Formats: sequence, C-alpha cells, structure tokens
Amino acid sequence: MAPDTSEANDSPAERLLPLYRTMARIRAFENAAEEASRGSVAAFGASSDAASMIRGPLHLSTGQEAVAAGICANLTRDDYLTSTHRGHGHTLAKGANITAMMCELFGRGAGTNKGKGGSMHIADFAVGMLGANGVVAAGIPIAVGAAHSAKIRGSKAIVACFFGDGAINRGPFLEGLNWAKIFELPVLFVCEDNRYSATTATDAMTAGDGAAARARGIGIPAESVDGNDVLAVDAMARELVARIRAGAGPQLLHALTYRVKGHVSVDAAAYRDPRELESALEGDPLKLAGLRLAALGVAAATVAKIDTEVRNEIDAALAAAHSAPATEPDEAYADVQDLGAGQWR
Amino acid sequence: MALMSYAQAACSALAGAMRADAGVVALGEDVGNGGVFGQYRGLREEFGASRVIDTPISEATIMGAAVGMALTGLRPVVEMRVVDFALCAIDEIVNQAAKNRYMFGGQGRVPLVARLPIGIWSGSAAQHSQSLEAWFAHIPGLVVVTPATPADNYALLAAAIECGDPVIYMEHKELWGLEGEVPPEPTAVLGKARIARGGTDLTLLSWSGMLHTALAAAEQAALQGVSVEVIDLRTIWPWDRETVLESASRTGCLLVAHEAVQAAGFGAEIAATVAEALGIPVKRVGAARIPVGYARTLENVARISTQQLLQELKEFLNNRGRKRSMR
Repeated sequence: MAPDTSEANDSPAERLLPLYRTMARIRAFENAAEEASRGSVAAFGASSDAASMIRGPLHLSTGQEAVAAGICANLTRDDYLTSTHRGHGHTLAKGANITAMMCELFGRGAGTNKGKGGSMHIADFAVGMLGANGVVAAGIPIAVGAAHSAKIRGSKAIVACFFGDGAINRGPFLEGLNWAKIFELPVLFVCEDNRYSATTATDAMTAGDGAAARARGIGIPAESVDGNDVLAVDAMARELVARIRAGAGPQLLHALTYRVKGHVSVDAAAYRDPRELESALEGDPLKLAGLRLAALGVAAATVAKIDTEVRNEIDAALAAAHSAPATEPDEAYADVQDLGAGQWR
Repeated sequence: MALMSYAQAACSALAGAMRADAGVVALGEDVGNGGVFGQYRGLREEFGASRVIDTPISEATIMGAAVGMALTGLRPVVEMRVVDFALCAIDEIVNQAAKNRYMFGGQGRVPLVARLPIGIWSGSAAQHSQSLEAWFAHIPGLVVVTPATPADNYALLAAAIECGDPVIYMEHKELWGLEGEVPPEPTAVLGKARIARGGTDLTLLSWSGMLHTALAAAEQAALQGVSVEVIDLRTIWPWDRETVLESASRTGCLLVAHEAVQAAGFGAEIAATVAEALGIPVKRVGAARIPVGYARTLENVARISTQQLLQELKEFLNNRGRKRSMR
C-alpha cells in the first residue's frame, strides 16, 4: 500500500519512515527482478537465455527511488499516474499489488496485465496507474488527456506525469505542456532526470537549461529538487500538489537523480566512468534516508525491521510468481478488440 | 427522412451522441468554429467549449490526450482534418490507442473515434491526398470505417462512437457536400457491407469515394449488357467476408477497386481471400504507386476514372471472367 502520509504535521521521522519503506520496497523488488532477469534479452553484448524467468528489457530505477516515493506520498488512490519504461518504482509507490507486479514480470496470468505487458508496460488501473510506456514521452499526452478528462468530468483527481530527461527533447513534451497550460489542467509534470538517455549522457544532447527552463518558457511554474533526498522531494511535491489541487494549473518538478544501473538490466554501463558511479553511490537515496533516520533518533532496529519486512514481502511475491501458472496461450486473442477480434488471417 | 449533406449527416450523428451521453466530447483543430468542412457546425453553440474542444496544432497530443480521456471515462471524437496530418500522431494511434487494452490486460478500454479523412482532395497535391486505410487495417486493435454516403456517415459515425474500441473513421475529403436522404433510424452497422447495386456477371467491390465511380462504371456496363453487382464494403476492418464471398460465389468473379495505391492496398487482402476461398478469378484496380501531383494532368494520372475502371472491368471479363465478355 502507498504510505499514508496525509498528515502534513507529522514529525520528520514519522514522515520519513513510510517514505523509507516505499524506497526499500522498490529497491528490494528491483534487486529481485534484476536477479531473475539474467539473460533476459540479447543486447549490450549479452545473449538471451531461454531459462530467464523475466524476459526482454528490464529497466531498473535503482538509485532513483526517492523520486517515486516522494511524489506518490502526496497522491491519493484516485489520482492518476503515467509512467515511463522505467516504471516499477512509480507503480509500487502508487500502491500497486506487489505479487501481481512480480507475476506480470514473470509472464503469469495472475499478473497486473495478465502477462501481456511485462515490465515495460506495467499498469494497475485499480490504483490509478495508467501504464508504463515503451515509447519515450508517450505518457505525457496521455497524462494531459487524463487531466483534461478529470476537469471535464468534475473529478478532483490530479495526474502525476513521470518522464525522463531524454523525453524533453521529444515533441510531445512541448505539445503536452503547452496543452496543459492553455487548459489549466491539474497535472504535476515530473522530470526524473537520471542523466542518461540509454547509453548517452543527456546533457550533451540537450540545449539550454533543461526541463524547468523549458516549462517556464511556456508559463508553467517549475521547481528543481535534489531527487535523491526523499524528504526534499516529498516537501516539494506537497507544495506543488497543493497548488494544483487549489486550481493553480500545471506545475513541473525537475528532480535530479542518477541511474545506478545500466539502461537495461543486462547493460553493464561500460560507457561510463566508474568514478562517476562511485561518487553517485555516495548520494544513494536509501543511504541518505538511513542516515537521516539515525540523526532523527530512530533506532537502527526500527529501520532493520522495515528492511526485513519488505524483503519478506518481495520473497513472498517471488515465490508466488515462480509457482503461478504462465498466461494461457488463448489469452493472446483476448482484449484485442470486440468487433473484428479473433484469429483472422 | 431528411436530405442532408455528408458533412451534415456526420454532424447530426455526433450531436445525437453528445445529447445522449455527456461523456462524448469532440477535440481537434478548428472544431469550435464548425470544422473546416462544416462537419462540426453548431456543436460548440449547443454543447459548449468544454465538450467541443479547440486544440493547438498538436496532432500527437490531440490523439494522445484522447487516449488519456478514453482511459478515464470519456468517449472522445478526434478531429485530424485529413489522414495525412494524422501521421504526426502515428505513435499515439498505433502504439497507444490500439495497444492499451491488450497490453494492459484489459484493465483499460479506449473508446475513441479518430476522424482521418482519405482520398484525393482536388488540387491539394501529395500531402493532402492520400488514402491510407490499409495502414490502419493492418494494426490489431483498430476498427476501420469508410462511409460513402450521407446515410452511412450518419449511421456509421453513431455506431463508431458506441463501438468501445478505437475506430479509425475515414470520411472522404471530397464527399462533404454530397447530398442524400438520411433516415432517422440508422441503416448501417459496423462490419456489414451493402449491395449497392444488384448484378449477376461480376462483383465489383469498393468503398468510400471510389464507390461512386464503381456505380457509374456499372451503369455504363449495363448499357452494354453486362450486369455488375456493386458492393460498398463500408467497414475495412473487420470486413464483411460473408457478403463478399456470397456475392463473388454467385457472380463467379471479383474486381476490387479503390482510390488507394494498388500495391499493398486493402484490395490485395480481399482479392487473395476470395481467390483462396473460392478459386475464382480476381482482380484489383487501384492507383499507380506515385504521389498525387498538383497539376490537373498529374492528379488525373493518380485517379481511377469511370472510363478507366470500365476498361479494366472489360479486360477482366474478356480475359479472366467466366460468364460474359464485352467489347
């Protein structure tokens, strides 16, 4: 479940503990998924192994957990979320069912998407998570439409729209932000800047001052935050979400973080200077949150208990995914379309 | 029964759907002012700017936002002006609208109608004159509709809005002003072809603007003693195999004519299916694989005229047909 952090008057420790739990859950989920994805796909010099439980490209958000946790702590279940190809963290933080998610990665009928989407298209509509997306920036127009729909229907729901640093160089970023602004839609745009567009450093590919500057250029208020400091992300998200709920229209948050793993799980990221990674790991969001908890006087045993609990959750999800039956082949013909469905050749 | 233009018929169908369901909205460039062909005339006045939504020139986001609207409880009708412009939204159509229901395991449905008019629009040259229905028929998840008459534009647009899955609704760019009787009760349903003219010697299958060329060719053939059955396919996907196979088995040969480029056109799919199923002679007539040129002389090369279709029909009967031949 998403942490219940609706009380803005929580003490810092009370605020931080559920955020830490969400981040620890994401980390444990992705560590387990990474392990189960050895040989998942032929890329980056790796060959694919038919025995791999998780198939295809697995994009890990390791090191970026504070962005997902800090934003989603300020959303309700009724709020919507659109994600990227790197969407496990957003989905977990929005409160999706962990076992159903792991089953999805394993291609099981009990998966969130009945095994039809996998990691890259994971979705849980029951918690407003409208889908990860295999196309960079493609979630932006969908998020804008969901917000437009909420406005038309008189719903109080807002939309959190996650995208990466690479997405700001695609047209839908400009189109979507402009649209959200002219219709004053309730969207929180979150540029989760992990500094890499696949194997390419995004900086070298981006003119000007990036996402926040571009947003301001079309009249959308924008803030920047240390995306590895979960309390800072949470505080900033709380402020921006409050503005959106008060009717101030779209807002953008640029959260600077770091992609600890490669582009996909089989990518060793050999194109990167190892010292860059070492230095980034100093700022690991879980490590920072642990230090902060200790400084706030939270007992180490309390933190260790959370670590154990989330590990147990993930172990249970893994066991369930291993034993769940694979999606039935007949499912291939379901949910294509009503009219014109079937085994046409 | 009312006499309406093809554009008025569509407008009337959309207005009816918007009156019946507050979740139906229209969005796209210039819809607030009635649309550039008058196919949204009066709708903003009746339903307001929040449901008849003028948008920026942002095709990707028009379509992508419609997907987001559809996933969250609305039934958007998307205006793309011409199919050629919808190519700026191809990711949103093919990877998002068409895939979401399946890819998310049925959690989400995408009940939207995207209006992508096809056909040669006289004098508008290469980027405003394409007929790309076969592209969309190729994509699982999409329904593809090509109305040829005002009555069908009324009935089929209403049916498309009700469909529940993404519908690529392809009106013809030059039929907006075509007038015809439109019965108040819909006379067409999705997926069902219509025998537009009965005949016994040959089945001539067509759709959209080319239907009218086919009917004219059949009329001339009749003067020469050949009885041509003309079928209006109406829906490209799913296409009405039953009606087509029944007619073709009766007449013993099938000619498919369409305005789209013949190579890899949807006529090839139909001809192959009929040949496989019935083993009868089949033939396709479509445009040469050239862009549509601006000059009238060039545009005419890219068009199938009545005379050309008649000539192709004669040659087919003389060389391949089993029943009758023509001079």
